[in-house]
Amino acid sequence: MFVEQIINALQIGSTYAIIAIAFTLLIGVLNLLNFAVGEIFMLGSFFALTFLFIGLPFWVAFILAIVLSGLVSLVVYYFSFDLLKGAPELIPLVSTLGFSILLQNAAGLIWGAERQAFPESISSSIVYFGPIGISPAQIAIFAVGILLMISLDQFIQKTRIGRGMRAVAENPRTANILGINSRWVIITTFFASGVLAGASGILFSISYFIVEPLIGFHAGIKAIAAMIVGGLGNVRGAIAGGFFIGFIEIMSMHFIGSEFRDIIVYALIFAALIVLPQGLMGVVKQEKGRI
Amino acid sequence: MLGINILLGWSVYLPISTAQASIGNAGFMAIGAYISSFLTLQSGCPLFFAIVVGGIMASFVGVLLGIPALRLKGIYLVMATLAFGEMVRNIFLNWEFFGGAYGMRGMKGTSLFLVYLWVFVALFCFFLLSRSRLRLAFDSIYDDEAVSQLTGTNIVKIKVAAFGFGALLAGIGGGLYAHYMRFIEPGSFTVLLSIYMLLFVILGGMRSHWGPVLGAAIFTLVPEISRGLKDYRGVFLGGLIICLMIFRPKGVITRDLFKMMFYLPKKKG
Repeated sequence: MFVEQIINALQIGSTYAIIAIAFTLLIGVLNLLNFAVGEIFMLGSFFALTFLFIGLPFWVAFILAIVLSGLVSLVVYYFSFDLLKGAPELIPLVSTLGFSILLQNAAGLIWGAERQAFPESISSSIVYFGPIGISPAQIAIFAVGILLMISLDQFIQKTRIGRGMRAVAENPRTANILGINSRWVIITTFFASGVLAGASGILFSISYFIVEPLIGFHAGIKAIAAMIVGGLGNVRGAIAGGFFIGFIEIMSMHFIGSEFRDIIVYALIFAALIVLPQGLMGVVKQEKGRI
Repeated sequence: MLGINILLGWSVYLPISTAQASIGNAGFMAIGAYISSFLTLQSGCPLFFAIVVGGIMASFVGVLLGIPALRLKGIYLVMATLAFGEMVRNIFLNWEFFGGAYGMRGMKGTSLFLVYLWVFVALFCFFLLSRSRLRLAFDSIYDDEAVSQLTGTNIVKIKVAAFGFGALLAGIGGGLYAHYMRFIEPGSFTVLLSIYMLLFVILGGMRSHWGPVLGAAIFTLVPEISRGLKDYRGVFLGGLIICLMIFRPKGVITRDLFKMMFYLPKKKG
């Protein structure tokens, strides 16, 4: 029983970790809290639903949906960041709030405001390995999650654009002087953030079988919590934070009762911000720079 | 409703004029609403008194929140207040004493007079504020906190006070709201409401107390006017916010606008 709870926690934790990375990329590189990420999470799930409805195979639908989510993120970039260059930091934030309202309502118009069933694309019937029950869907979610995290981490650490991202995160002006095309780097960051948010939305819908326009908002808050716990603007911290929040959520639901789940998560955000503004990972010395 | 929205807008305006952006004010509003409705329903105390008590309780919590909030800036504070607002909402949601998810109902309605009495009291206070030295202290904190502290402003006191009075206004607004709507439930005090409050201020203009008035008016009237758009209202509102941020990032009412309109003499340094 306890082992199954841990498996559940890993499953939901990898979803939270990915959307937390989507938030954290933008905070780390641009110091922008983008509320539209939660909405892109929801859109990713709806895109996948539509593609599956047309009858595309799951992996094609998955890839098309995450690319479309990335494109939506670029639209947000253009209107909420590019056009607002030089404004105080609160202004892009408010603009992304506007996008959040817009996308949420648009999704309600296109797909309907009610809760919809997400087709069971990967079998969720439980297979027993000895005493431990696990479903192929859970394995797939975890595997895709880990794959995305590792590839993003390698992208940031090893590629040229990834190095550019780290440079812009340290200081955009110096990065420009050193010959990094910071605009291109920022566009890539937004695209990556959108792709991750969309992927996370699809994984979420696979595990809970539902899509509705409101899921993005709640997931967004959980992701913000994960990011704060893990240390803002730090990808590895966000991963740790995502799993941590997933773990806390499942365990408090299991041992204390589901009605206290949200209170515990919010109290945790608040306490983490006040006591450990650097996050759990911030306590461990960071030698690799900001993201 | 417009009067209540104006009060709520001001409740965010006060902390924001000391550079503390808050999206947890629905939490304060919920505290004011629940306490005042509890008082009028259970102990039959007069409405005016109940609203004052609700407001004071909210401002007490506001001061408690304001002290740790001093450590946080910018987006960090936004996230902390977000967490606070949702925490308060979830506590009321699970507290059977206050009706849990069903909320409370049966409060007596307020009169328009009472709402606008509070609006005018608050407006008068803002008028006094805008003529006082405190206004300069607020401005100096907004512009540069470190310099302001160096020149001898007690930033701790002022920032916490701004937070506390903001919470007081939110609590009063919450009490009025509860007695206007005649029933309250935790679902009325979501983050979305706090976000709207912040938008009143930012769209209207965050450097003048007339800004939130205009912002609240826009937000109260636009949904009424655009009723013909039906389902597209939310999309329209979101688009409006994005456009306003692009074309008028400092809000509709700025101080330059005042200078242009009234030829106010420039403030002495």
